[in-house]
Amino acid sequence: MAETVIYAMYDDDDVLKDGAKKLVAKGVKISEVFSPFPIHGIDPIIGIKNTRLGIMAFIYGLTGTVLATYGMRFFMITDWPMNIGGKPNGSYLDNMLAFVPITFEFTVLCAAHGMAITYLLRNKTLPGLPAQNPDPRTTDDKFVMEIRLSENTKFDAAELETMLKETGIIELDQKELK
Amino acid sequence: MCIVFAISTYLSVGLVFWYIGLIPDFATIRDRAKKPVSKKMYSILAFGWSGRAKQWNRFELVSLVLAGLATPLVFSVHSIVSFDFATSVIPGWHTTIFPPYFVAGAVFSGFAMVQTLMLIMRKAMGLEAYIHTRHVEYMNIVIMVTGSIVGTAYITELFISWYSGVEYEAYAFINRATGPYWWAYWAMMTCNVISPQLMWFRPLRRSLLFTFIISIVVNIGMWFERYVIIVTSIHRDYLPSAWSMHYPSHIDLGVYIGTIGLFFVFFLLFARYFPVLALNEVKTILKSSGESYKNAPDNHTNDSHSNH
Repeated sequence: MAETVIYAMYDDDDVLKDGAKKLVAKGVKISEVFSPFPIHGIDPIIGIKNTRLGIMAFIYGLTGTVLATYGMRFFMITDWPMNIGGKPNGSYLDNMLAFVPITFEFTVLCAAHGMAITYLLRNKTLPGLPAQNPDPRTTDDKFVMEIRLSENTKFDAAELETMLKETGIIELDQKELK
Repeated sequence: MCIVFAISTYLSVGLVFWYIGLIPDFATIRDRAKKPVSKKMYSILAFGWSGRAKQWNRFELVSLVLAGLATPLVFSVHSIVSFDFATSVIPGWHTTIFPPYFVAGAVFSGFAMVQTLMLIMRKAMGLEAYIHTRHVEYMNIVIMVTGSIVGTAYITELFISWYSGVEYEAYAFINRATGPYWWAYWAMMTCNVISPQLMWFRPLRRSLLFTFIISIVVNIGMWFERYVIIVTSIHRDYLPSAWSMHYPSHIDLGVYIGTIGLFFVFFLLFARYFPVLALNEVKTILKSSGESYKNAPDNHTNDSHSNH
C-alpha cells in the first residue's frame, strides 16, 4: 500500500526541536527525525525510548565472565592440571588470582563486541546496505522531520503543511512510499 | 596466554570503537561524493547509515560504553605487557613498579606521537580552525604530568635497586648508567625526564614549533626507554661468560624501517581517504559551544580574549 510521507527540512536543530514540541502539542505524530549529529533532547519529544543497549552490554559482559571462568576451570584445573613452581592447583579458588587478567579481558571482549554487533543489527547498518536518509543533505548540515499521513489520520496533508510552515522550515517535500 | 587475550582484545575493541565512530562520517562523505566510484566505496563503508534519531540515541550510548570499556583496557593491556618483564628473573626487568610505569609511559609516548603527527596534519590540511593552541597546550600538560610519573618511576627503580641490597639488581642499574650503554640511558633520561619539564613554562607549551620539537624528542626518548629496558638488561646477566654487546642485523634494521614504512602507508592512506576529524562530533560541539560563546559575557577567558 502506498503511503504519503511529508518531509520538512530545517537548517537548525533548535528550530526543529521547538517546531517538534509545538506539533506534538497539537497532536501530530512525528515518525522520524534525520540529522547530521545527535540532537540532544529530541528523543522524548518525538516519543523515542532510550536505548537498552547498555543492559545488553552488561549481559554480554556477564556471559564473558562466566565463559572465561568455566573455560579456565576446565583447561587449567579439570582437564590438564599443571604444577607450576609447586603452587597448589587442586581447585579453581587456589589459582583464582592468576585467572583475573584473562577473565577481565574476556569480559571486555564479549561486552564490547556483543554490544557493537547488536548496535549494527538494531540500527540496520551493515556493509553495503543502501542509504535510508530521504535527502543527502541530512548527513551534512540539514535536519529533516518525517511525518506519515497514515499515522496522522486527524489531519489531512494540507493542514499538516500549514502547521509545518509555521515552525520555520526551509523546504517541504511530499513523497509516496511503497 | 594473558598477553594473547590482552592484545587481541585491545586491538579488536580499539578497531570497533574507531569504526563505529567513523560510520556517520562515512555517510556524510557518501552523501557529498560526486563521482560514482567514490560514492559506491563510501556507501559500502557507511553501512547504510541514515542519521535517524534512534540511531543517534544508540550511537551516543555505544560511544560512551565503549569509551568506558576501553579505558580500563588501556590500564590492563599495559600492565600485562609489563608483567612479561616483571615476572622474569632478569635484573632490571624484575621490578614491581613496571605496571604503573608502563601505563604512564604509554600515555606519555602516545600523546607525544599524536602531537608530532597532529601538528603536521594541522598545517598540511589547514585544520587551524579546529585544533587550537589551547588543545596543544592541554596535551602538553598531559605530556608533562605523565613524563614526571615516568621520571619518578626511573628514580624509584634506581633507589630500589640499591635499597633491595641485591647485588645483581644494583649492578644492573650501575651498569645502565655507567656501563657501555651509558649513552642510551642518559639519552632516555634527558629526553623523557628533563625535556617535558620545560612544559611548566606557559609560552613554551603554547608554542607550536617548540611542542613539535619536544614531541620528537620524547618519541626518541621513549624509543631509548625500550632500548634500555631490553638491550642493557640482557646484554649482561648473572654469568659474565654470557656478556656481550648488541649489534642489530640487517633483518633487525629492515624490520625497524619496514614497520615505520607500514605505519606511514596506512596513516597517509587514512589521511587521504578518511575523515581526519570526527565530523559529527565537531558539528555537535560547534553548535553548542558556538551558542555558549555567543551568550557568554565579555570577560570570559579563551583564545580570542585579546580581541575583546
